[in-house]
Amino acid sequence: MMIDYGPDAIILKGLDGSNWRLKDYETRAGYQALKKILKDGIKPEDVTAEVKKSGLRGRGGAGFPTGLKWSFMPRPFAGPKYLVCNSDEGEPGTFKDRDILRYNPHILIEGMIIAAYAMGTAVGYNYIHGEIWAEYERFEEALEEARAAGYLGRNILGSDFSFELHSHHGFGAYICGEETALLESIEGKKGQPRYKPPFPASFGLYGKPTTINNTETFAAVPYILREGGEAFLNLGKPNNGGTKIFSLAGHVTRPGNYEINMGTPFARLLELAGGVRGGRKLKGVIPGGSSTPVIKGDLMMTLDMDYDSIAKAGSMLGSGAVMVMDDTTCMVKAAERLAYFYFEESCGQCTPCREGTGWLYRIVHRIEHGLGRTEDLDLLLNLADQIQGRTICALGDAAAMPVRAFVKNYREEFEFHVAHKRCMVGPGGYSTSPVNEPLAMAAE
Amino acid sequence: MSTSALLSDAAKRKIDRELTKYPADQKQSAVMSALAIAQDEHGWLPNELQDEVANYLGMPSIAVYEVATFYNMYNLKPMGRHKISVCTNLPCAFSGGVDAAEYLKSKLGVDWKELTADGKFTLVEGECMGACGDAPVLLVNNKRMCSFMSPEKLDKLIEELK
Amino acid sequence: MINLEIDGRPVQVESGATVMDAANKVGTFIPHFCYHKKLSIAANCRMCLVQIEKAPKPMPACATPASEGMKVQTNSEYAKTAQKGVMEFLLINHPLDCPICDQGGECQLQDLAVGYGAPASRYQEEKRVVVNKNLGPLISTDMTRCIHCTRCVRFGQEIAGIMELGQAGRGEHSEILAFVGKTVDSELSGNVIDLCPVGALTSKPFRYTARSWEMSRRKSISPHDGLGSNLVVQVKQDRVMRVLPLENEAINECWLSDKDRYSYEGLNSEDRLGKPMMKIGDAWTEVDWPIALQAVAEGLKVVREKHGAESIGALASPHQTLEELYLLNKLVRGLGSGNIDARLRQVDTSADGRLAGVRWLGMKFADIAGLQSVLVVGSTLRKEHPLIANRLRQAAKKGLQVNLVHVADDDLLMKVANKAIVRPGGMVGMLGAIAKALVEIKKASLPGDVATAVAGIVVSPDAMAIAQSLAQQAKTAVLLGNFAQHHPQYTMLHVLGQEIARLTGGTFGLLNEAANSVGAAAVGVEPGKDGMCAQGMVRQPRKAYVLMGVEPQQDCYDPVATMSALRAADFVVSLAMFKGAAAEFADVVLPIAPFTETAGTFVNAEGTVQSFNGVVKPLGESRPAWKVLRVLGNLLELPGFEQENINSIRGEIAPDLQAFVDARLNNTISGVKVDIPAASGGIARVAEVPIYAADPLVRHAPSLQKTADARMARRIGLSAGLAEKLGITTGMDVRVTQAGNSIILAAAVDNGLAPDCVRVAAALAETAALGPMSGSVSIEKAAMAAAAD
Repeated sequence: MMIDYGPDAIILKGLDGSNWRLKDYETRAGYQALKKILKDGIKPEDVTAEVKKSGLRGRGGAGFPTGLKWSFMPRPFAGPKYLVCNSDEGEPGTFKDRDILRYNPHILIEGMIIAAYAMGTAVGYNYIHGEIWAEYERFEEALEEARAAGYLGRNILGSDFSFELHSHHGFGAYICGEETALLESIEGKKGQPRYKPPFPASFGLYGKPTTINNTETFAAVPYILREGGEAFLNLGKPNNGGTKIFSLAGHVTRPGNYEINMGTPFARLLELAGGVRGGRKLKGVIPGGSSTPVIKGDLMMTLDMDYDSIAKAGSMLGSGAVMVMDDTTCMVKAAERLAYFYFEESCGQCTPCREGTGWLYRIVHRIEHGLGRTEDLDLLLNLADQIQGRTICALGDAAAMPVRAFVKNYREEFEFHVAHKRCMVGPGGYSTSPVNEPLAMAAE
Repeated sequence: MSTSALLSDAAKRKIDRELTKYPADQKQSAVMSALAIAQDEHGWLPNELQDEVANYLGMPSIAVYEVATFYNMYNLKPMGRHKISVCTNLPCAFSGGVDAAEYLKSKLGVDWKELTADGKFTLVEGECMGACGDAPVLLVNNKRMCSFMSPEKLDKLIEELK
Repeated sequence: MINLEIDGRPVQVESGATVMDAANKVGTFIPHFCYHKKLSIAANCRMCLVQIEKAPKPMPACATPASEGMKVQTNSEYAKTAQKGVMEFLLINHPLDCPICDQGGECQLQDLAVGYGAPASRYQEEKRVVVNKNLGPLISTDMTRCIHCTRCVRFGQEIAGIMELGQAGRGEHSEILAFVGKTVDSELSGNVIDLCPVGALTSKPFRYTARSWEMSRRKSISPHDGLGSNLVVQVKQDRVMRVLPLENEAINECWLSDKDRYSYEGLNSEDRLGKPMMKIGDAWTEVDWPIALQAVAEGLKVVREKHGAESIGALASPHQTLEELYLLNKLVRGLGSGNIDARLRQVDTSADGRLAGVRWLGMKFADIAGLQSVLVVGSTLRKEHPLIANRLRQAAKKGLQVNLVHVADDDLLMKVANKAIVRPGGMVGMLGAIAKALVEIKKASLPGDVATAVAGIVVSPDAMAIAQSLAQQAKTAVLLGNFAQHHPQYTMLHVLGQEIARLTGGTFGLLNEAANSVGAAAVGVEPGKDGMCAQGMVRQPRKAYVLMGVEPQQDCYDPVATMSALRAADFVVSLAMFKGAAAEFADVVLPIAPFTETAGTFVNAEGTVQSFNGVVKPLGESRPAWKVLRVLGNLLELPGFEQENINSIRGEIAPDLQAFVDARLNNTISGVKVDIPAASGGIARVAEVPIYAADPLVRHAPSLQKTADARMARRIGLSAGLAEKLGITTGMDVRVTQAGNSIILAAAVDNGLAPDCVRVAAALAETAALGPMSGSVSIEKAAMAAAAD
């Protein structure tokens, strides 16, 4: 039984949870793009040009144009260059890359091989989130299949192009999703982000030129090279090409991944997931992963799901993790849990983040537990300003933005907590419902 | 000469396989997998074991310790036979993650980071596992992910692990 | 070049420079903690955030590359808001225990809090507490004060070459520590105290003894190794409380070795002599100066009259000052004797009279950075010259090929390109092989005797690799370390080293052992044609000895023979700082002042003349040795002892001391026939001078004696094969016998040691009984030896 990822799916199309092997992938036009490139002798720079044309933007959260990023790699370079895939998916709310890894790993492998070809890299690594061990093992197995079939290794498909790909697992550190922390982690160190510049394109893994893209980004590449950049672009909107996988979690009827064309209205996406759970009223949505500012429900219902529309509304599309909150949600408690997460996951390197995330959390925690003070709300906003933009990596921003947005958008709830030492919406706590398994049949 | 006391030959062979992934002069790259392999064997990472990994990979012990203490799936203390990490992060909490954790706490009679009296279970609070759509989710000994953990399924799991 | 503006002031910097570099260039101070000019950029403290036109957020000056047309505001409202924000975060978990913090008064956090801190804290939550760590005898910790700048961690990784400290954990829970149960054992460890911008890492010996503002800061020069580190000696109530580096880029940069930093503890040792002492009958008694001096004059006169002037010998420590050595030389020669030497551990003096000048490094320390290939012969480097080793380490990171010929493969904490680990008896042959290989590579020729001597040598792959490294690079050097200088075939090592340098067009030099080895030779403290060297005076015992700064059991090549010669003498006077074992060999002991209590001059290995003043008054009745020698000269009615002050001595040596020294520096030995000895069998003793045993002052510094280095020096190292053959394992007590003398100490199997070698350190009371620093030994398990007895 096919998993329903929505009508627009190209990356997650035709998957039933067990048809992940190489032979299955080949029946879905798998490895055809690669074969075409090698057979027709398409020049590497033309591959990059096609990706540029597609309007593909980084699916990990930053939305940087992929083709442009690829063009930063020094083409003639003495010594090794590296290609790295960021499958360290740990932004709360995001679980799209996991489905690619477990149900369609070869699309990622093919995408990486094509990218390696375009940039002239001989070695690649896929850094996989430590918590999804089964996916790590499956990916290792898929790599073996690809090696055996001659898609990886020396002289791929008889050409003079060689590329070896390995997987590397994390072991429990959100920060390694940051690309330079991820590189440090592959080097066997703590995942502490590096200051940029120098950028990975000049000083990356082991100090060598390196390109890092997200899993979903690479997974879109075979389609682009097979169907043409234009075709991919036309699936979405100008500057927002292609499809995007959104991970819907929280108070929706059917949590899960939905691959839709860029620019699809949020209302339509919500509908695919069966609407707000129990038919309740939509209170707020975190549109792009836990670090992106929360948007009030009414406004969200008017927005389209693409980088530019969400940015215009003051938030970010991020990784495409859509967290839906109904009117029973206590926004103070929600903010507290997110603040705790960033406090726990700060790498400890930069002063504002190391010291500030704990401070933010402790204040929200006090407010949630009836020990808030009137001046706390402005202090939170001020501290968020003192953290954001003052750290090496974006974790400081990621910790500051949700707190600021929760306080600004739902200030009355915070004030109520301070004044009445209890929750404004019912008994407080998380609104939950009996566990359901909308997509479980694939997994079982 | 350091004679390895804790790291088995089988573990070393697994580490050697990991080492083939990286350039010959970058053995340190294998430290994360080496520690994971060592932990699989011993259940946790005593200092002597970390020291052995350091020697095996030719890196300073303190650099191994930095890694072991940075990534939170490494166990720096002895654990129960089964370490159960339950994700309680926000998206999971909205779909029963906290409820599942509370259920387990009362069923096992322990709080976070505590070991059950029979030494079988340690319960820890996990952070995002990248499987929010499957909430409640939990990990058994870091590697086995269990999804949609309703009270019935939790009962079944505990029964199975006992 | 890049043009930019810092606070409106135009400045030009090299491409690759940072905003911080540009600000430093115009003298604009940007607050910072993690930034340090000698360390890599971490950009983690965020204190140096500045406003840069068109940048969307405040940028760290330390890490932001300067770019053309950049406009930087370091002090704008925008920048200050960012800086103050960071300061607030730094202070929320800082204990603010400044009143009981040793860093108080010299704390970067305290200083910057004045300008960037707020009068009251908005932080109402609980503060973090971090457990202190035991990092060993030298560094004290108060880890709650740590602001996580990681300077100490980077120092270990980048400068000391060994990562002993790390930052474990993450986020708010991250803390600086050593691996569980380990201490910081680097010979450069104390520098992390200077680097720590707060009071997290402070000096353990200094702990709670003074406030920084109570002490005066006085300049001085380190009296230990051949580097001559520049010091700031901190003094309170006429007592040296602490020693810090005085920055001198040409010499010690901004660093100090632990020996330079902590040896001051010896200055206040219980063993310091406060009064002259004399043997009256069999009793050892304190006496007044006039009596003691009179006794010395009498003693020397009597011996001269009875046995002739040549029966008087003088042994001087090369750690004494130039002025002292000059006057001692004048005094001994005034008495009519040519027997004077400061090369107390040098046994092979066969090149005396054939040396063109004073032996030295052959170049400036700063030139090390420009070398491309170097051959180091017979040196432990790190333990002999910790900061010269660091210069080589930094150069090695930039491509310098370090080649080594030595008896032990100790970890130099730098990349070693090629090494030949040979037995002591094989070192000359190895240099011969390298020379032979170079002749082949360079198609050059050797002088006749050398060519003959190396004719039969088979060039090993090691020798060939070293020769190739030297031959392929333009800027090369050959450096002889302490072990080579103490070697029984030192002259051969010198001549062959010189030959190798000639063949490669490189520099030849010595890593001179002591603070004033060069100075001693420059003022003639060496036997002339008519005199005896230090070993000569022991082999043919004299009737009277004058010792200056010498502890004969530890400072001489053969402690057994030296002690027996001294005991047999009619008269021995020792000018010394410490009582030591003087009662065993001296008739009169005159208490002299260490470097902190007298003015003086040291000439370091690169030939730089460095004069200094005393920083405290002499302890008790001790006196500067130059004053003592002047009075003795007068009492002995010798001419030319009228010097009124230190400057008149300096003027007498030469009007321009630097020019005087420069004119004498020359390593060339000529007219020595090269002869390569056949390799000898048996078990060879390898005797090195441990880092914290090299001179009397450091031996009296208690904290240094508690270090791992001091502990390890007291173990007997065995080649792995030998240990296996004898069934000896690390920790076992073993008996070593050399020429009939035995000692028992714990063994340590040493995988890097050349085959069939036993490493027994020299310069220790515990090993003095074995006698000479080279020779063959036997070794057995102590238990077995006891059973056989």
